[in-house]
Amino acid sequence: MSSLLLEKLVESVVRADREEAERLAREALAAGVAPRDILMLGLSPAMTRLGRLWEEGEVFLPEVLASAEVFEAVSRSVDSTGRGGRAPVGRCVLGTVRGDLHDLGKNIVGIMLRTAGFEVVDLGKDVPCEAFVGAVRQWRADVLGMSALLTTTMREQRNVIELLKKEGLREGVLVMVGGAPVTAKWAEEIGADAYAANAHEAVEKAERMLGVV
Amino acid sequence: MQGSRLDSRPMLRLLSDDDVDRIHRAAMRILEKTGVMFRSREALAVLGAAGARIDEGQGRAMFPPEMVMEAVSKCPSSLQLYTSGGSPAAFVGGEESHYAPGSTALNFGDGDGRDAREATSADLRDIARLVEGLPNIHLQSTAVVACDVPREIADLYRLYIVLCNSSKPVITGAFSVQGLVDMKDMLSAVAGGDDALRAKPFAVFDVCPSPPLMWTEISAGNIMDCARFGLPLELISMPLSGANAPCTVAGSVVQHTAETLSGIVLAQAVKEGATVIYGGAPSLFDMRHGTTPMGSVETMMIDICYAQMGKFYGLPTHTYSATTDAKVLDMQAGLESSLGSVLCALAGINIISGPGMYDFLTCQSLVKLAVDNEICGMVYRFTAGVDASEEAMASELIESAGPGANFLSSPHTLRFFKGEQYVPGPAIDRRDRKRWLSKGGKDTIARAADVVSRILGSPAAPVLTDEARSRLDEAVRRIARRHGIRSLPLGPDL
Ligand code: B12
Repeated sequence: MSSLLLEKLVESVVRADREEAERLAREALAAGVAPRDILMLGLSPAMTRLGRLWEEGEVFLPEVLASAEVFEAVSRSVDSTGRGGRAPVGRCVLGTVRGDLHDLGKNIVGIMLRTAGFEVVDLGKDVPCEAFVGAVRQWRADVLGMSALLTTTMREQRNVIELLKKEGLREGVLVMVGGAPVTAKWAEEIGADAYAANAHEAVEKAERMLGVV
Repeated sequence: MQGSRLDSRPMLRLLSDDDVDRIHRAAMRILEKTGVMFRSREALAVLGAAGARIDEGQGRAMFPPEMVMEAVSKCPSSLQLYTSGGSPAAFVGGEESHYAPGSTALNFGDGDGRDAREATSADLRDIARLVEGLPNIHLQSTAVVACDVPREIADLYRLYIVLCNSSKPVITGAFSVQGLVDMKDMLSAVAGGDDALRAKPFAVFDVCPSPPLMWTEISAGNIMDCARFGLPLELISMPLSGANAPCTVAGSVVQHTAETLSGIVLAQAVKEGATVIYGGAPSLFDMRHGTTPMGSVETMMIDICYAQMGKFYGLPTHTYSATTDAKVLDMQAGLESSLGSVLCALAGINIISGPGMYDFLTCQSLVKLAVDNEICGMVYRFTAGVDASEEAMASELIESAGPGANFLSSPHTLRFFKGEQYVPGPAIDRRDRKRWLSKGGKDTIARAADVVSRILGSPAAPVLTDEARSRLDEAVRRIARRHGIRSLPLGPDL
């Protein structure tokens, strides 16, 4: 009975039907399902499924976003501790480097990381080295993701890595880079831990680096 | 063929007069109420002095409608571009279209384009030399960013290579404020002085706002410098529908209009009468894959609509089209490039940037340039329209020949066929199957590659006079020294 309820909850999140999802979550709580189980069995699977559907071109980005919002809202209402949502898979600081205003790709990477259960601290675009390093320290980030879309701004990625080293923070964080001109070769050259060509790969690599899969 | 302007010239418009009027008023309202952000103190000061209301805190300028319309009325309605040697090359105005290679690609693809790699200076030289030899691509562009050039001068060095290898006018752009100043010096060096450059411009500078409704310090600086130096300016607003602009065609056009008008006002505030081309590179935002498809039909619809707005304001127009999102030069590449080329030319867009480009504006290809040259040739034939003169209708001929006659040997045929038929180059195959097979049975890619080899294999004639070349080399030497650069691929001794 409760498994049917949770299955319906998954469906409603995938459909981004907020009212239905909230009603089902309340019903599950009333039926005595533990909040943790609602999160793990009724909400998280929806995001996993959406990630897969998006990769297959079966759902559209605005729909993924709408579902993510429903997911977050329902998680908050279910989670009595008020921490909001599942325990994150990992924490990722994300941003587009200084001098670069291309943020669409970075935003999509952020959405997909969130969908996969990461906590994402998005610093926005045109982010100076110091801000990246400061955020890594402040949030004790597991992963730092940097986007650069211009040949002229790519080298900022290297500058950030150098500054991380100087501040003694490089060892504690996995650095991932991306953006149209960025290549695996470049990532290796500047001493990043990973390169990803698209959002799906970014999630895969982040998960692999943190050993969550 | 292009010069023959017939009344029957086909024309494409998507907006009704009422639509144009409502889009215009919507944009004016945005400009007046919401305003546009300029991340440049200097630009805000210039705009404030010219009558805009400035919100220092938000870095925004709000424009009274009269101010906008006055600026628009000061823009020239057309522009004559010259070769670097000073001969007339392309008239940018009216309903005429000129194609330019897609610009600033990161990568270069050989052959069918499947294995793209980072572009080099040698690739850019080849592109410039090829385009010099392709009759239907009238303009050059600084088509790739070369990976073998120090990044500090990556923008201006592209211009150097193109100027050394072709005399056709160049569509270009800078990556920094200083970059544009240096590029102006290089152009002046070729022209023989700032006045000569102003009198006979042979380069156009692309400058992009950052959607929605923002100009960076660099782009605002570039606009002001172009106006000051008398360099033709091409504003490239690029709403990405559904990502950083409304997802509708009409909403994207409204945003494009507001952004473009705000750039026009800044240019005119610096210098009345500054030449501004009403350009753009909008794109649909693909909601399944999160990409920016230039080959989508909605992208073309936005292009055609904003060009109509540009014509409404009486400005020369530009867009990005004739390009494709395919990763290999296949049927998708051909169909998207053709569709865009045809539709945008029918819309009377004056400069169409895109040939050679594939994979979402990231890759350039020699083979694709050679094929696109044929698309452009057919478009020119099409837009020249139908000659329906008495002589062309040939009713007397039909009557006198009567039933059963043949026209192959008629003097009328001999006289008219060359003007009537566009004769494509070898990239387009029209042989019968037997003869096609006997010539090797080559596909489009192979035939276009032959065209490329033929043009690149012929000896390169110097395009600059010795004096112009040594002045240009000297300008580049000065810039390189300033950056402490010791050597440059294909460059002058430093
Ligand atoms: C949209 C766009 C813009 C918009 C950006 C709007 C925005 N808010 O993002 C605007 C108009 C602002 C713009 C401006 C400019 N642009 Co632009 N732009 C593009 C364009 C057409 C699409 C980029 C895009 O959004 N793609 C869609 C996204 C989803 O893809 P993506 O960014 O590649 O991201 C994916 C992957 O790369 C990866 N990824 C991305 N980030 C990260 C980060 C991490 C950590 C990981 C793991 C993975 C990852 O995952 C993403 C999702 O799958 C590209 C061409 C292209 N196709 O790349 C040119 C392009 C990048 N721009 C270019 C240029 C030249 C400029 C300008 C300099 C033009 C000018 N002269 O003014 C300015 C620079 C402004 C600045 N300072 O940044 C050139 C770059 C050339 C070069 N050699 O550097 C390009 C290649 C186009 C061209 N041929 O001219 N641009």
